[in-house]
Amino acid sequence: MTQMSKIDTKTLLQDVTAFIWAEGAMLDAKEYDAWLDLWTDDGLYIMPIGDGEDYANQVNLCYDNAKMRRDRIGRFHMGFSISSAPPAQTVRTLSRFRIEAQEGAEITVTCAEHVVEDKFGRQRVWAGNVRYVLQVTEGGFKLHSKIVRLLNSDGMLNSFSYLF
Amino acid sequence: MSLDMPKFSDLDALYDEKNAQVATQMYEDPELFAEEMERIFKKTWVFVAHESEFPDKGSFKLSTVGQEPVIVVRDRKGKLHCMVNRCRHRAATVCEVKQGKTSSFQCPYHGWGYGLDGSLRALPYPEQYGDDFDKAQHGLLKLRTESYQGMVFATFNDDIEPLVDFLGSEVCRYIDLFMKQGGGFPVKVLGEHQFTVPMNWKVQLENTTDAYHFPVVHKSFMQTLDGATEEMFDFLDKGKGWVEDLGNGHSVMMMIPELEDLDANLDAPIPERFTDLAQELRDEGYPDAQVRKIVRAVGGAGFNLNLFPNVSLSLAFFRVLTPVSVDRTDIRHMALGMDGGPAAANRARIRLHEHFQGPMGFGSPDDAEVWERIQRGVQGGDDLPILVNRGLVDEEPGVAGPRGHISAETGMRAAYQMWKRMMAQ
Repeated sequence: MTQMSKIDTKTLLQDVTAFIWAEGAMLDAKEYDAWLDLWTDDGLYIMPIGDGEDYANQVNLCYDNAKMRRDRIGRFHMGFSISSAPPAQTVRTLSRFRIEAQEGAEITVTCAEHVVEDKFGRQRVWAGNVRYVLQVTEGGFKLHSKIVRLLNSDGMLNSFSYLF
Repeated sequence: MSLDMPKFSDLDALYDEKNAQVATQMYEDPELFAEEMERIFKKTWVFVAHESEFPDKGSFKLSTVGQEPVIVVRDRKGKLHCMVNRCRHRAATVCEVKQGKTSSFQCPYHGWGYGLDGSLRALPYPEQYGDDFDKAQHGLLKLRTESYQGMVFATFNDDIEPLVDFLGSEVCRYIDLFMKQGGGFPVKVLGEHQFTVPMNWKVQLENTTDAYHFPVVHKSFMQTLDGATEEMFDFLDKGKGWVEDLGNGHSVMMMIPELEDLDANLDAPIPERFTDLAQELRDEGYPDAQVRKIVRAVGGAGFNLNLFPNVSLSLAFFRVLTPVSVDRTDIRHMALGMDGGPAAANRARIRLHEHFQGPMGFGSPDDAEVWERIQRGVQGGDDLPILVNRGLVDEEPGVAGPRGHISAETGMRAAYQMWKRMMAQ
């Protein structure tokens, strides 16, 4: 164990939970520029298909490095994308937080995510398992990786105009 | 719907060939949809899978022919079979695993067991059926199955012409050209995106031969490209491409004619977006000529080849439609790569696929949105026609059929003519 072990586990869980809830609130409010600032430069935002974990060599729903994240947010903002102008509205809950590992300045956290989207007066519900690797910095936590595995990720989905 | 709406027996009212107009009912009449399933999807060749998805004996995948659930499987002798996923006893599905490997299929209800070729092998307590029970008459219902260039098609129609005749020589020529994106390796399915859209299946059938929508719907995708790539996708303004009716409802939309034959002009400068990949391949020891061939192949072909009724070989992937109901269609985007090719090249292809395709792509969600808007739009104005007459003004004879401007609706007219021919039979 490392320096992190000196921190009380309950306090750490509270801090991590507060950070992830804040991130979730940003995504529901579509405060995407603020969301981009949460990331480390080499961070990866991935939504895989199926059970595979060789993300670089498999087809995912998304595999976003910093440039792809910026381009994705730019696309949402520009107003030319009919699916995101206007986008679906979302409300999400995140729960069942577990700290899986602490190594150096990195904390691995898993949780459950439920998202309800609304567009055209129609609501859809999505659920996924999320695995975060957070980096501890002087300015607080940063997202180093975020992997969202939807239920039925290898089945029939819909198109998404927002982030999980 | 008004009382005087066209019936499916009045095919001229549903598709007015002379004026190239489609009746609104074509997208929203459930009875017409049921007729289409019988007269089209039960009668013609339907794409079900790619041979690379069955690497071993016993490899299988679930698919559909129209609304019918099927299993595609490779048997012990290496032969591919397609059969309806329904036990011959009391109809339960015999497989609910999407893809995998097995030695047999067993019904979960009473344990009837089937071989990889669909034959009934064993059943518990058979004596209760009497001595004259013939297992040979109780195999899984099999479809005729044929392949071209690894693309597997199946049909319920035993009387239909061979697959290659249904496709025709021009289509086969374009399929051969499309498969050059293996870059010297066999083409392999690397994975797939799947999403369902509240739309009639013909909306999708039209879309893969619709270049007109590209700069409008995909403007936000275009703006994430580098300058040279953006210019390449600006095929409407350049206007050098074309759309051609290839017969039997098939068509080709040639968006980037310089990428019709990927082996042509390989000495051309490598595009900037691929310079890092080219260097990586050279560092791995690939000779320059092969690097050029692979890198060219990574970008995909310059055309969409639209095969009636359910698959398009679209630039770099297969787009497959499955009709679910009159106002719901499932879409699969199958990513392709090089079987045994360099991992870096396949990674590049996968990243390009994810960039545009699928539920989180920069292109597909905008497509899905406009398709749904069509299904919402046809709730109004029952008597208004849907126009597919664009480009009739300067259509000229092509190799196999009429050829029009890149933004012409020639391919849609080809599909609707085939639709009409099949619905009349």
